[in-house]
Amino acid sequence: MSAAFLLDAGLCLLILAAALLAMAGRDLFGAIAFFIVYGIMIALAWVRLEAVDVALAEAAIGAGLTGVLLIGAWAMLNRLGVPEDHKPAAGWLRLVAGSASGAITIILVAAVMALPAGREGLAPMVAEELADHGVSNPVTGVLLDFRAYDTLMESIVLVVALVAVWALTPPAVWGGVPGLRQHTRPDGVLAMFGRLLPPIGLVVGVYLVWAGSSQPGGAFQAGTVLAAVWLLVVMAGIHDEPPVSSRLLRTVLVAGPALFLAIGIAGLGVGALLAYPAEYAYALILLIEFTLTFSIAATLALLVAGRVRRAP
Amino acid sequence: MSVADILTVLLVSVGLVFFLAGSVGLLRFPDFHSRLHALTKADNLGLGLIALGVAFQVAEPFGIVKLVLVWFLAVLAAASVAQLIARSALDRLPDGKEADKRG
Repeated sequence: MSAAFLLDAGLCLLILAAALLAMAGRDLFGAIAFFIVYGIMIALAWVRLEAVDVALAEAAIGAGLTGVLLIGAWAMLNRLGVPEDHKPAAGWLRLVAGSASGAITIILVAAVMALPAGREGLAPMVAEELADHGVSNPVTGVLLDFRAYDTLMESIVLVVALVAVWALTPPAVWGGVPGLRQHTRPDGVLAMFGRLLPPIGLVVGVYLVWAGSSQPGGAFQAGTVLAAVWLLVVMAGIHDEPPVSSRLLRTVLVAGPALFLAIGIAGLGVGALLAYPAEYAYALILLIEFTLTFSIAATLALLVAGRVRRAP
Repeated sequence: MSVADILTVLLVSVGLVFFLAGSVGLLRFPDFHSRLHALTKADNLGLGLIALGVAFQVAEPFGIVKLVLVWFLAVLAAASVAQLIARSALDRLPDGKEADKRG
């Protein structure tokens, strides 16, 4: 048994244990904690599979952002005084859920086992096509070019999710500021942290999206880093959330998907929807990636902030 | 095995001992603030030693700069979050001496 095999086997066991504890835990907060641990372990598994792009996205969005959203929901339930329900679900419900999960697992295992061994899949085709598509990171090539419609839809879904959150606003505060007011001591640790980290976070975010054209990175990973910076600035009490009626904010939110869609439709001129003219492909992909990054950052940060709570 | 490899194994091993000590402290120390202390202090040193050990395996200088940045950001975050958690616990725990409601 090689060291690599032991590492992978240990990682698999830890993933299963974290998943089990997240599902079987009786207390909600513990379940959320193990869900975050599970996300980090899955990110490590993606690194072992040499899919660093996916690992970055999983760590940032799967573990980080989703974890924050779940903790936010848990805190809100606590504030509202909703008691945690410790009663196990009905027997038939558990049977149905268990059978459905088991069936999906069997189908997935069968699908993976049915893959012909020793074939490289679509990788050689992507490598061959990538030469005339500007970017050299194959993942970015697939996301922004070969299967651009997936990414376009994802970016639109994020904005729609934010619209759904905003739709929960009571009429009295519509157009106001999302989230609760943050109270921090002006000379405290959080205020210092909130001033020190954002400049570094901005550089890291821009680096991630720039690196995405030739190595692992991209709009979603960079957007999450920028969203974290935004949230830190708000939580440290340095700058409040903008009101949702702000035209600038709304422009930033839709700029990425709108530009992507516009360039995609313009692609009809050179043959197909979402096709780029070869000589401008690199510039267009970078333009879309950078605009998307800021839209994704604003959308994610406002999703965490939640519904509008304070009058404008 | 080259000198760099031996240094890496040595430094990473010592780093792991600090992580182990921090985890044992988290489980064994009597009260909340000592447990927090064990976790955040020992792990920072452990991560620093592991980063230093891995640095001997990195060929290009920019990779080492990235490692230093990772260590620095983790220390900065751990130290700040430890302060915030400790203050929040002072507000809530019955044995808290000074209660400052503005975390």
